Amino acid sequence: MRVELSGVVLDNPVIPASGCFGYGYGMTEFYDINILGSISFKGTTRDARYGNPLPRVAECREGMINAVGLQNPGIDAVIAEELPKMREVFHKPIIANISGFSIEEYVECCKKITTEEQVAIIELNVSCPNVHGGGMSFGTSAESVAEVVRAVKQVVTKPLYVKLTPNVTDIVSIAVAAERAGADGICLINTMLGMRIDTKTRRPIIANKMGGFSGAAVFPVAVRMVYQVAKACNIPVIGCGGVESAGDVIEMMMAGASAVEVGAANLRNPYACKEIIEALPAEMERLEIEKLSDIIGIVE
Amino acid sequence: MYKKGLYKVVSNVRLSAKTMQMVLEGDTQYITRSGQFVNVAVEGKFLRRPISVCDYDENTITLLYDVVGEGTRAMSQMEVGTMLDLLTGLGNGFTEDEPTQHPVLLGGGIGCAPLYNLAKKLIARGVEPVVVLGFNSDSDVVAEDMFKELGIATYVATVDGSYGTKGFVTDVIREYDLQGDYFYACGPMPMLRAVCGGLEWSGEVSLDERMACGFGVCMCCSIETKSGVKRICKEGPVFRKEDLIWK
Repeated sequence: MRVELSGVVLDNPVIPASGCFGYGYGMTEFYDINILGSISFKGTTRDARYGNPLPRVAECREGMINAVGLQNPGIDAVIAEELPKMREVFHKPIIANISGFSIEEYVECCKKITTEEQVAIIELNVSCPNVHGGGMSFGTSAESVAEVVRAVKQVVTKPLYVKLTPNVTDIVSIAVAAERAGADGICLINTMLGMRIDTKTRRPIIANKMGGFSGAAVFPVAVRMVYQVAKACNIPVIGCGGVESAGDVIEMMMAGASAVEVGAANLRNPYACKEIIEALPAEMERLEIEKLSDIIGIVE
Repeated sequence: MYKKGLYKVVSNVRLSAKTMQMVLEGDTQYITRSGQFVNVAVEGKFLRRPISVCDYDENTITLLYDVVGEGTRAMSQMEVGTMLDLLTGLGNGFTEDEPTQHPVLLGGGIGCAPLYNLAKKLIARGVEPVVVLGFNSDSDVVAEDMFKELGIATYVATVDGSYGTKGFVTDVIREYDLQGDYFYACGPMPMLRAVCGGLEWSGEVSLDERMACGFGVCMCCSIETKSGVKRICKEGPVFRKEDLIWK
């Protein structure tokens, strides 16, 4: 089940997605998290953030919308308090998910996190609004994605992955721009912009009105985008979006993913990742897959 | 610790037009305090339904729930024998050993539910709580008999005055000049705000909010308190009156 991401070897391809697993240690009440391939930790920014007002979540058919607003204690507290707690219970490579609202902020955070020994990969969340760019998300323009990647690449010593937003007209052009700017890998998809309305009160359910749609319903969109990006790029792709089963992991890998992140599924079933990892060998046998690395991007 | 497991519906009965009572059988060892909640997986619904524990013993859990949407409607139609996937032992409950001699339990609507086990725990400790329940109308009144059967003074208020004292739980306290030294409250936000702002006694409240996970990783139910950001599902749902910030 072993896979590799830019020289980082993972025992298996299953990685809890950022924001759905905290900093890992909160999940040890359920199971030994060292069975995971890696963990992408909660999106971290330069400053501590409370996030958006409540309610932050709305249910959907086969999914959910969230607008947490990047609540996190800030990069310094993450390094001083969260990572030591994470290290105590998790002894594998960690993926550091970093968010920012300006290029300077991304650079500052990445400079700090890259020296953390256990951090093996830095995953840039470019779905946040650029405060200097009229509030447009960095990830919606090939130019601004390239700009962030170039700036961060100069200060990091670890492989740099870019987590792309699917809320764009041409995902391939943005992925290609990230690769050309020096990204070592791509992760996709982040959540899709969605909205729910309480028809009784005639108001949006979540306080932020709109939020990120995730869960099983987005899986086909994620598979499609992973397929397109993996075909167009020569760097590894981490597939993410609606994964709930070992079968989904294999499908995502056949589309072109070298590893797979599991997000919203953890929130309904805290054992989701564990169950997927345990089901993988049987599913591989059923599909006559000897090594998972053999099937990456096997679909023409 | 938490427990995810299958629980068997042993009864599921209607208490009023909108409130149901469900008794489930299964492993309850991770429920350690009154005021904790369970997160119920309903087939066909992506997120679980967080519901406070009304009562529990060695092998049963009693839930009171209002039928407010599709998930709880599906629950209301579940037959005896149905197996339900629950996460149990979630949240920190009420301070059962708070050194109070005259606790007043204040429940608004379905907020009466977690106070029931708390009342039993307080009685077992040798303290006799007074219970005040508030509802919109007489047809909504539930749990009054349950509390009375514990042998404790139980008052009811209805907003429209169709049963008990007209008004809110705070009106009952005024009308009967109830003397307490500590309160435990659960109910809608306006009620909790009125209780925290209007009563001089110290106390604690149980908050309700839309949640995703229920075990502290998604950050969907975080609130700002005087001692920092707290998750209702993890550090809560019960918070000290003195710790809450009312905006």
